Amino acid sequence: MSSEVARHLLFQSHMATKTAHMSPQVFDNEEKQKKENTRSLAMSGHVGFESLPDQLVNRSIQQGFCFNILCVGETGIGKSTLIDTLFNTNFEDHESSHFYPHVRLKAQTYELQESNVRLKLTIVNTVGFGDQINKEESYQPIVDYIDAQFEAYLQEELKIKRSLFNYHDSRIHVCLYFISPTGHSLKTLDLLTMKSLDSKVNIIPVIAKADAISKTELQKFKIKLMSELVSNGVQIYQFPTDDETIAKVNASMNGHLPFAVVGSMDEVKVGNKMVKARQYPWGIVQVENENHCDFVKLREMLICTNMEDLRDETHTRHYELYRRRKLEEMGLTDTGPENKPLSLQETYEAKRHEFYGERQRKEEEMKQLFVQRVKEKEAVLKEAERELQAKFEHLKRVHQEEKLRLEEKRRLLEEEIIAFSKKKATSEIYQSQPFMTPGGNVRKDKDRKNSSFM
Amino acid sequence: MKKRQKKNGGSPMDPLRQSPSRSSSRASSPRTLPCEMLGYVGIEAVLDQLKIKAMKMGFEFNIMVVGQSGLGKSTMVNTLFKSKMWKSTMPGLGVPTPQTLQLQSVTHVIEESGVKLKLTVTDTPGFGDQINNDKCWDPILGYINEQYEHYLQEEILITRQRHIPDTRVHCCVYFVPPTGHWLRPLDIEFLQRLCRTVNVVPVIARADSLTIEEREAFRHRIQENLKTHGIEVYPQKCFDEDINDKILNSKIRERIPFAVVGADREHIVNGRCVLGRKTKWGIIEVENMAHCEFPLLRDLLIRSHLQDLKDITHNVHYENYRIFRLNESHVLPRGPGWVNLAPAPASVPAPAGPQANPSPPKVGGWAKDNSDEEC
Repeated sequence: MSSEVARHLLFQSHMATKTAHMSPQVFDNEEKQKKENTRSLAMSGHVGFESLPDQLVNRSIQQGFCFNILCVGETGIGKSTLIDTLFNTNFEDHESSHFYPHVRLKAQTYELQESNVRLKLTIVNTVGFGDQINKEESYQPIVDYIDAQFEAYLQEELKIKRSLFNYHDSRIHVCLYFISPTGHSLKTLDLLTMKSLDSKVNIIPVIAKADAISKTELQKFKIKLMSELVSNGVQIYQFPTDDETIAKVNASMNGHLPFAVVGSMDEVKVGNKMVKARQYPWGIVQVENENHCDFVKLREMLICTNMEDLRDETHTRHYELYRRRKLEEMGLTDTGPENKPLSLQETYEAKRHEFYGERQRKEEEMKQLFVQRVKEKEAVLKEAERELQAKFEHLKRVHQEEKLRLEEKRRLLEEEIIAFSKKKATSEIYQSQPFMTPGGNVRKDKDRKNSSFM
Repeated sequence: MKKRQKKNGGSPMDPLRQSPSRSSSRASSPRTLPCEMLGYVGIEAVLDQLKIKAMKMGFEFNIMVVGQSGLGKSTMVNTLFKSKMWKSTMPGLGVPTPQTLQLQSVTHVIEESGVKLKLTVTDTPGFGDQINNDKCWDPILGYINEQYEHYLQEEILITRQRHIPDTRVHCCVYFVPPTGHWLRPLDIEFLQRLCRTVNVVPVIARADSLTIEEREAFRHRIQENLKTHGIEVYPQKCFDEDINDKILNSKIRERIPFAVVGADREHIVNGRCVLGRKTKWGIIEVENMAHCEFPLLRDLLIRSHLQDLKDITHNVHYENYRIFRLNESHVLPRGPGWVNLAPAPASVPAPAGPQANPSPPKVGGWAKDNSDEEC
């Protein structure tokens, strides 16, 4: 009941001041309710709304659940095997190579069903983590991937027409960080990666291949790891202890972090049962034996007890943090310059107006530019046309003149031809006249003819 | 959430129900591989986790009762929740009927078997009581839209609360006076406007003045009226998802509107203590199915469909309001009245001229439809 009170008070403080959270105090029941203007009412009979949680559960069953796990660890450390063992199924077969130049994230979604619960499980693996010689860029792809999922959700949430209830939630709910069982301390890469992830996702560190460490070494290793994490300010996921039913279990589990796990899908006969185990010449490491490793604890905590809490934390803490940062980055605030409450919507709309105005201006500019160019081109073309026309005229004139001259010449020629033919005719007439005249005359005539030609 | 599918050839209300189908059939969700688990893992424990969380947080439910005075609204609320929410108002004593419609809300926290329910009941004294009842639905619509507005404002803050208090009206119970004839023009006008914004459950009030045959006839006529005027009351046909829902909801739809009688006094009948109205000719037992249909109403509202009412309010009505608000705000000029809906949009959202909405026909059609009625 106290947490309920705390939450009610939280509402009130938010409504009054919209500033930082007040620390919850426990009030008297009456006082709290008077503050809220509500009264507790005793009912005189059975109304029937105790079926409400069942109605809620039914709806969730119809909807199905979504859970996304991110596995970060070096290649070959046993990530896929552990996931297979956790969910008791064989997901994927092939092993990754060690020679990728960059870290990639590979996501795969599976549909599991147990009795009437449908689970959409997404496993995201880091391929090539820790394989490069220069590991400076190793953790950035992981951070980017997580941010990208938040971004996608934020985009959907900000849409005008949105369908959040249908949205396939791809945000990472838990990150299993695999620490290699050196027995000494955290590697620098591990520290750096965890530090950059701790504000974005719930981290559960696990010691992989724990059958390589002896029990005493394991104890020391765990203590060393936790102290390193604490001293470097890395915030790992703490199992919630506010609900009485699971508080005790969670508190004790918190003390066992990081879980030392062994994964195996191979079955070995122990006693007269087949159990999942790894067989060595010196003995058999049973996966589900609590004395051998913490696998059962991990499965309990991750799936049976805290799955819903992990999803809740992701949505209400990590996602809200991302959203707040992103919106503040975009220049939107809750309070305007005079400290009057501005709405996100107003500023968003203001920016939209700006953007449209900008765009309109640019359009105008471009239009004008276009029109100008067209005009210029037109002028040039007109010029060319005019020139062409002038040339044409000129040519025509020249042509005409030529023609006239030629006509002249022709006329002259024709006249000459006529004159010549006349002369020819007359000479022929003279020739055809009687040849009786002595030669002298002929000669005289000939001379006369010749001289007329001269 | 439940998927809501649009049925073909539905009523003219369909365009505004933006209910896409479930994710598995959509392209946006990733390709999933079904996997067989070889043994027990413990995934179903998540249901218990859900229940624990829900019980811790408590539930909220907001119900509004609308009807003329004297139809037994307050008594009905008292009967539904088996407690004295209000003093039943008696005419002629004390408070005179208000001259204008005022809305009164009262909130109670009731608990049953560890389940806490924060119940808010909004009454509407003065509805339909004046001589000129024109636009008497405006304050009610204004109130409903105001609640949506509050929620929207909370939702778009940058620093949001962990759990936004839900004051949106989840269900509106409309009391039809037992004339026995038809729905009155006031009823029709009101229902037409309201069923687009909120889940409406009409009931025949004071059904003890009608005989069983008269009730059936009245019910049929009302159903015809509703169909003729295109009024979709809860449970809406277009939100039935699978065959089970359809069967269940069809049974309910056959009996809508329920003929109810409210009573908050107990009497002894055959040695049992029952809630009922005592008259000279007998005792009308409220929880007896042979006498009236109050148990049906109670079951619908509380025992089986409470979560569904909340879901539809959140996924459909609130989303429609949000779309309308976000679209209109860049059509209206910026100014002090931009965000502050001081007198909240009293009428059902008027059409916003150019819609920047990617699929204008759907929202536009609804808006246009409204403008024809409003003006």
